[in-house]
Amino acid sequence: MSWILGLPIIIPFFTAVIAFLTKERPSGAWWSVLGSLLTLIAAAALMVVVLQEGVVAAQMGDWPAPFGITLVADLLSAVMVVITGITGLAVAVYALADIDEAKERLGYHALFQVLIAGVCGAFLTGDLFNLYVWFEVMLISSFGLLVLGGSRAQIDGGIKYVALNLVSTIIFLTGVGLLYGVTGTLNMADLALAVDQSDQKGLLTVIAVMFMFAFGVKAALFPLFFWLPAAYHTPAFSVSAVFAGLLTKVGVYALIRMFTLVFDHDIGFTHTILLWVACFTMVVGVLGAAAQQDFRKILSFHIVSQIGYMILGLALYTPLAIVGAVFYLVHHIVVKANLFLVAGVAQRLCGDTDLRKIGGLYKSAPLLAVLFLIPAFSLAGFPPLSGFWAKYILVKASLDIDAWFIAFIALAVGLLTIYSMTKIWGEAFWKPHPEGVEPELRAIPRAALIAYLVPIAGLATLTIIIGFFPEPFVQFAERAAAQLLDPSDYIAAVLGGGT
Amino acid sequence: MEVMLSVLVGVLVAAAVYLMLARNVLRFLFGLILISNAANLTIFTSGRVTEAAPPLIPEGAEAPVGLVANALPQALVLTAIVIGFGLFAFALVLAFRAYDALGTLDSDEMRVAEPVEDTK
Repeated sequence: MSWILGLPIIIPFFTAVIAFLTKERPSGAWWSVLGSLLTLIAAAALMVVVLQEGVVAAQMGDWPAPFGITLVADLLSAVMVVITGITGLAVAVYALADIDEAKERLGYHALFQVLIAGVCGAFLTGDLFNLYVWFEVMLISSFGLLVLGGSRAQIDGGIKYVALNLVSTIIFLTGVGLLYGVTGTLNMADLALAVDQSDQKGLLTVIAVMFMFAFGVKAALFPLFFWLPAAYHTPAFSVSAVFAGLLTKVGVYALIRMFTLVFDHDIGFTHTILLWVACFTMVVGVLGAAAQQDFRKILSFHIVSQIGYMILGLALYTPLAIVGAVFYLVHHIVVKANLFLVAGVAQRLCGDTDLRKIGGLYKSAPLLAVLFLIPAFSLAGFPPLSGFWAKYILVKASLDIDAWFIAFIALAVGLLTIYSMTKIWGEAFWKPHPEGVEPELRAIPRAALIAYLVPIAGLATLTIIIGFFPEPFVQFAERAAAQLLDPSDYIAAVLGGGT
Repeated sequence: MEVMLSVLVGVLVAAAVYLMLARNVLRFLFGLILISNAANLTIFTSGRVTEAAPPLIPEGAEAPVGLVANALPQALVLTAIVIGFGLFAFALVLAFRAYDALGTLDSDEMRVAEPVEDTK
């Protein structure tokens, strides 16, 4: 069944070709929706296989590992691919209403599908250099999506995004080169063994910090996050949503993968750095959000803040903390993408996302208000929504090892998150519109309205399901965390002559 | 040979960092070319510099005979050069568009996405 590993990568690439060929026609957007649906089905099938058979690995071109390129899926990879499929489908449907004809002609849907392929590839690869290549696939398509349309703000944000991400890429590449020089391999499973056996532990720690820097930029960790709030509020809302949901999470995934599988030789050093970085990321992100007055800028800073929680889970490095990190990752992608989608509808109704210029949405569009409240309260960690359980697990994990200060920071940042969310609520939904406009949802054409609201409602439902029935999700996260902390299955699946 | 290459990498990185610290976006991009070449040389050097035969397998044999050069780093560098070239071309065009749209290449004056009044 290992051929199924390739499908979540091949389908989006194939869809991208079709979408590019049909970009001048109205059917282009529907091809993108169809392709995203197929990707989701392939991802779900992969998940079923991984649940039944454990870690699945496939060697590309039948070159045995560690010589060939390996694709490998454990539970973490599988769930990330599934959540990518869900986000991809939601955004593809949303794009039917959000992306205008001019952007479609410029190839929006093709770029979007390539981005999804890059993200899935990064989650599934078992080879470090191959991970670099998938990062580049993701990066180049995200560059295109970010500046598509070419407004002045987009170009400005794009410059900062491109510059800082290219620096990160080069540090990543240098790290790959040095790691190869020390260990002689780039296959991740093989690296895990080689690093354990190596006697150059000091050099490996230096390389580990280079990777921490490179992935830290991608994941928008303190103090490397400045590209994110500079750029994420400028492109189309669909683009913002998919970036917010997926791109930084690839960085988080890479950090989790590398710092559980490969660089676990000096946890006292590397994970202590990660711990402090995580705390600063949480605090600085949420304070940045508190100072902003724009719907999307507030949300962008909250991405930074929330990334801190995930890295906190990795840095504490106890079984429960890793469970929390995995759970947080999944919950956050759903919630964050959804909030950006809501912001898009608010912009369509009020004509702006500056909170000083909009208002009255609770009275004129109560349905949208409810759909905002669910992800917003989930992000802030209100029970019984998904964010509550994610935060609860992480706080409990830090209390379990008597890290009182860390638990305090996590809780205080949660409180400040509520402040930001109530600010958006108060300004955009509660207060009357400054110019007395009462924009109703009915003002949007029916077809566009359905394309807007179905993905938002779908993701909100998912948030509620995770919130009310957390048990299976937590159990799943426990299994995924157990695989991460004991990578012997992973290594055996890759090196044990997997077909 | 390895020492010389390492020194060269160091010089390239130093020059690149100097250029990248400039406010001018174009200088930053030139720094980026230098540092990406430094990264490529690092990979090449990491694969050990040897005086060996090309890694060709003689006809009828299963494996190369004698000492051969390590082909993998060269393949990696080749990939990295191609990708780096593509990204650089994009960045260059973006810088040109930025000059066109914003009228400046000074990163301190690029405040359209993050206006100064927002920070007050």
